[in-house]
Amino acid sequence: MSATTRAEIRRVLRDHGRLPVDVDSLDDGADLFQAGMTSHASVGVMLALEDAFDIEFPDRMLKRSVFESVDGIAAALRELDSLAA
Amino acid sequence: MTTALLERDQAFVDGASQVADDVAAVHAEDVDREARFPIEAISALREISALSAFVPEELGGGGVSLEALALACLELGRRCSSTAMVYAMHQIQVATIVRHLDTAPPWFESYLRDVCAEQRLIASATSEIGTGGDMGRSIAAVTPGEGGLVGFEKQAPTVSYGAQADDLLSTVRRSPDAEGGDQVLALTLAGQAKMTPMGTWDTLGMRGTCSPGFVVSAQFAPEQVLDTPFARVMCESMVPLSHVLWSHVWLGIATEAFERGRRFVREAARRKPGEPVPAAAALSRVMSELALLRAEVQLGLRDFLADSEGNRERLSTMAAILRFNNLKLAASEQTPRVCQGVLEVIGIMAYKNDSPFSVGRQLRDSLSARLMVANERIHAVDAGLLLIAKGV
Repeated sequence: MSATTRAEIRRVLRDHGRLPVDVDSLDDGADLFQAGMTSHASVGVMLALEDAFDIEFPDRMLKRSVFESVDGIAAALRELDSLAA
Repeated sequence: MTTALLERDQAFVDGASQVADDVAAVHAEDVDREARFPIEAISALREISALSAFVPEELGGGGVSLEALALACLELGRRCSSTAMVYAMHQIQVATIVRHLDTAPPWFESYLRDVCAEQRLIASATSEIGTGGDMGRSIAAVTPGEGGLVGFEKQAPTVSYGAQADDLLSTVRRSPDAEGGDQVLALTLAGQAKMTPMGTWDTLGMRGTCSPGFVVSAQFAPEQVLDTPFARVMCESMVPLSHVLWSHVWLGIATEAFERGRRFVREAARRKPGEPVPAAAALSRVMSELALLRAEVQLGLRDFLADSEGNRERLSTMAAILRFNNLKLAASEQTPRVCQGVLEVIGIMAYKNDSPFSVGRQLRDSLSARLMVANERIHAVDAGLLLIAKGV
């Protein structure tokens, strides 16, 4: 799932993250909040990820640290995927 | 909890209650009238080492539990809201440092020892002009200065007891090129921060907290920066701790207003033995409002302790943020409701300032609750979180 998943995460971040920089200038481990994503924008990202991947993040995952990088989001999606399998 | 710990907690709460009754209560009216700092009560709290009550014993502190600290805030709140709020805010800074000591530079450990030995009072500058009231964003930044020091300049719209505190805990951006949300906490000592007052503090209530705005201009050593991301410190400690301790202060205010109502109806009953007391029936309705307030305040504390001890990570979830925001919203709206209810039960004797049944000070003080971090702002944050959080 890796490459397409990451591309889709980046698309969601580009459309909903309201980052002051181009998402593609950040690597997968870069801290999105340090790059300027606000808490408010992060909620939009979470909603769009739920739509894009047809999943629901449980409350325990709904925290800043899970969504602070492309890697973090990919790990959360992987975890949900393995739970569903 | 061991018996020894319970005894230590009880001794501390007894000491704080005694300060509340013997000192804070005596000066409360003058503090309110003159809008002056409650120096007598804070000095008395220093005398019993209450300023370091939450610092672990191995660092020289009292090692009391958060429950005990909350009870002390409640007892002080019954007698003098300003004293209680100053004490609560100081403890929020202390407890925040204590809870994040594992990721703080060693300097903070020696600082806490000084707090114990010298009973230093800590204020905070977390709000800033230009951020629209968002504590999660800063404009001021840690900036390299001369001689290996760092500095910042911050325009803070309110700094409670800013002129009376020894030290100051401020939110600032990590560096001059950091984004607004990339914050850290800086602890500056007396003499390291120049505090220039902006405006006055002549308010409706909470007059003794002396909270005008200040321009803070600070120069200090880099090791005085607690560089754990503030976003984490805010979720795990500062915000829920604030809501837990503030709500205990407010419960104290409401409890005192209710007690005045009770004294009033008891006196009415004594005057006409055997006759019905209509005011008592009205007070019964206020009692149920007070019971709701107390239940939420106590449950808020219990939920915070459960997360703190069992699963501190959970405090960063949106569900937890909503939970402790709800504590603040509910308690801040319920407290003036109780005070106003008592006003209506007692009538003119509660409206008069020079009556033993006056609840004017309690009502005025309680109205600050919904403004200190405006409830409208919290509702706006909650509105966003509600869209995604599940178990609300």
